[in-house]
Amino acid sequence: MFRCVLSALVALLLLPSLAAAADLKQLVDQLGADDFAAKIQAVQDIGALGDGRAVAVLRSLNDGALYVTADHRVVLAQPEGDHFKTFDPLDGTPLGEAAADALDKVLVNNRLRGAIDAALGSLTLVGGRLQDRLSAAQEALKHPAADGGAALEKALAAEKDPQVRAAFALALAAARVGSGSREQRLAAVAELAQSSDPQVRSVLTQQRDAADLDPELRRAIDAALSAVEGRLKLIGFAVTLFEGLSLGSILLLAAIGLAITFGVMGIINMAHGEMIMLGAYSTFVVQQLFRAFLPPQWIDGYLLAAVPVAFLATAAVGIALERGIIRFLYGRPLETMLATWGVSLVLQQLVRSIFGATNQEVANPSWMTGGFTLIGGATFTRNRIVILIFCFAVLGALALLLRRTTLGLHMRAVTQNRDMSAAMGIATARVDALTFGLGSGIAGMAGVALSQIGNVSPNLGQIYIVDSFMVVVFGGVGSLLGTLAGAMSLGIVNKLLEPVAGAVLGKVVVLVAIILFIQKRPRGLFALKGRAAES
Amino acid sequence: MPGASSLLTPRGWAWFLGLGAALVIGVPLLNALPPAGSALQLPDYLVPLLGKYLCYALLALSLDLIWGYAGILSLGHGAFFALGGYAMGMYLMRQIGTRGVYANAELPDFMVFLNWKALPWYWWGFDHFAFAALMVVLVPGVLALVFGWFAFRSRVTGVYLSIITQALTYALWLAFFRNDMGFGGNNGLTDFKDIFGFDLHASSTRRGLYVASVLALGLGYLACRFIVASKLGRLLRALRDAESRVRFLGYSVDHAKLFVFTVSAVLAGIAGALYVPQVGIINPSEFSTANSIEIAIWVAVGGRGTLLGAIIGAVAINFAKSWLTGSLPEAWLFVLGALFVLVTLAFPKGILGVTGQLRGLRGRGAPPAPVPGEEGAP
Repeated sequence: MFRCVLSALVALLLLPSLAAAADLKQLVDQLGADDFAAKIQAVQDIGALGDGRAVAVLRSLNDGALYVTADHRVVLAQPEGDHFKTFDPLDGTPLGEAAADALDKVLVNNRLRGAIDAALGSLTLVGGRLQDRLSAAQEALKHPAADGGAALEKALAAEKDPQVRAAFALALAAARVGSGSREQRLAAVAELAQSSDPQVRSVLTQQRDAADLDPELRRAIDAALSAVEGRLKLIGFAVTLFEGLSLGSILLLAAIGLAITFGVMGIINMAHGEMIMLGAYSTFVVQQLFRAFLPPQWIDGYLLAAVPVAFLATAAVGIALERGIIRFLYGRPLETMLATWGVSLVLQQLVRSIFGATNQEVANPSWMTGGFTLIGGATFTRNRIVILIFCFAVLGALALLLRRTTLGLHMRAVTQNRDMSAAMGIATARVDALTFGLGSGIAGMAGVALSQIGNVSPNLGQIYIVDSFMVVVFGGVGSLLGTLAGAMSLGIVNKLLEPVAGAVLGKVVVLVAIILFIQKRPRGLFALKGRAAES
Repeated sequence: MPGASSLLTPRGWAWFLGLGAALVIGVPLLNALPPAGSALQLPDYLVPLLGKYLCYALLALSLDLIWGYAGILSLGHGAFFALGGYAMGMYLMRQIGTRGVYANAELPDFMVFLNWKALPWYWWGFDHFAFAALMVVLVPGVLALVFGWFAFRSRVTGVYLSIITQALTYALWLAFFRNDMGFGGNNGLTDFKDIFGFDLHASSTRRGLYVASVLALGLGYLACRFIVASKLGRLLRALRDAESRVRFLGYSVDHAKLFVFTVSAVLAGIAGALYVPQVGIINPSEFSTANSIEIAIWVAVGGRGTLLGAIIGAVAINFAKSWLTGSLPEAWLFVLGALFVLVTLAFPKGILGVTGQLRGLRGRGAPPAPVPGEEGAP
């Protein structure tokens, strides 16, 4: 609002032809004027000149580094001891030294800062690098110029890059909505309606709320607003969906090993979270080994090496756990829970004693950093996409193992009927040990994935353990499909609830919902049917 | 009076009353009478510590009632304990009155800090002890009733039930961390001043609370004893060992479990209410899943299905915890973890079962079993 008044004032006071004629150096010296109106005028003129050298001057002015000398010249000055070193503000050539009392600082207030921003925006539109021009276009969209975007028009004509051109065109339309003839404004609204930039929404809202608006224009703006908002909502939904899938993929990786061991052996492994933690620490160790012993250009490969290492290490721990403790507790699932909980305490403390209680830093390899930004400001980070793919790869491999190998056949047989399998000659004890190793190994791979998105600390496993239990309870045991459905729906529902209820309350709601859900289906979404269901 | 005769044997009564009297009279006397610094005097800090152990013992007792006798392993019993504690904590908060940092007569300090204007409705009535005492019993009781009704009705048993109870306490843990719940968020309720007008920091008040804990534990023990010695107790043991069979015999398994689960939650709530004034704080960490699982190990170490074992286990482990976390903090989790493994693998009957186990071993080694009347070697 204030910008409109300001620009109108300037337009009245100063004819553009005058400004164009003025020399940049002269204008810079005018920045030293006493009153702010004159300074603002000077800044406006500098912006209109379109000289790239002015960018540095305006930035120094904004930073409060410009001073006025006794002979009314504006210089750039840096304090050094009790005096100042002065430089030419345009090209930075040293001018010598000056005593502190010989210089007056060029004061800046908020109105002047606004003018500086606007002038900088129009200057970088033409002269800057690609990135600068893009951000200048976004800046211009945020604060549409009241003059109808003359500077933008010039810039658009000179621009070659298609991406920047689109951004300029959008900003130009945003500027034209507020000024010009009715037809021009209507055309601008129509153009804005095609966009899905969240900024456009605020521009349009601002225009609609303006007083004495033409009714036809208001209708057009309303229509454009609803079109833009509809598209934004769609993008927002896509982002939520992606976040939900990403959370779901993490839950799936964390829970699937648990579901397998529960399905085959009927026990809950409370140390499952610690298997995840051990996997994350394996990743850390592999990373440190790569850093210490291999050439630096290989470092990006550490993650690929960490996956099998984590799998084998945690699988070995899991098999040892099964052979050493769990096999003595068959038929006593509650005791197994307590014993494995004890193991989890020991493992946590062991890791804390070896690596320390603080978080360990695991860096993303370069091919996992960054992300893709879509229109509308939606960002999909690359590490989450990789984890999503990894998760489905693990799921696919597991499905193949269960469907196509002898071990898988035996595992399915034992899941369905342990006694009958034993009678048919399946070595159930061996199947148990291998199943437990497999489940633990998958947890280890989950740890590799988690190390890429969060902290690696001795408590890492505890964060995910209740959630993974919920996935298993919700999805049902002994079915990959159930675990997949459970993990993905929990992930998505969690993310859908977050904006409505807040992250914590959303989670509480989900937990309560699961407790209620158990009423309807006490054995989960995809329960085994028939005799196998009765344990 | 069914079962009254089998409540305790005469020898049992003698032990019970003797030990109770020693705890009720002996400890306060030793604390109050001898001059400070004398070798006989029980230091002041020990009285609330003992009181705390007794509260844990009552909590363990409540878990043993459902786990040892009905086979319901609740991994969320800390939730009932904490809810009872919060109810008591709310009463103690209201007793602070204008002595808080902000000297606000209407609101507790943390609400003033959060810029709340009025007391939320669920804090109404906590100025009165009677109301708070009612809530100590009602809140855990009703929660257990509703939760148990849902769970038992749809036959959620075994590990499923354990996981669901764990989810319950986890949900409450998350919820109580939130500042806008109105229970002090992360910091919980603390800075209590007095109870019934007695200064909480005075050693006489502490002795009083300690005695109350002994009495609560004694009464709780008798109540549990009464339940397990009654016909209901036999039904519980039957359904623990073969639930479907008991159901087919026509008994209402769900109602029996629901009753005992609710009683257990109420006992846990009372334990929490006595715990809070003695330790001086209640915060969401009491809801943590690890805390609740630890209760199970107290019971298992003492000996499941014995009631007495739960008390012994709770006191012994907490004593060891106080001692070890002070002298060897690194070792405590190793010890606790090893206890979990050891007690499930080697001593499934706990401390109270060890003698029987040893006797069994000896009986197996020496063929002529010299103990008549005992179930020695199989």
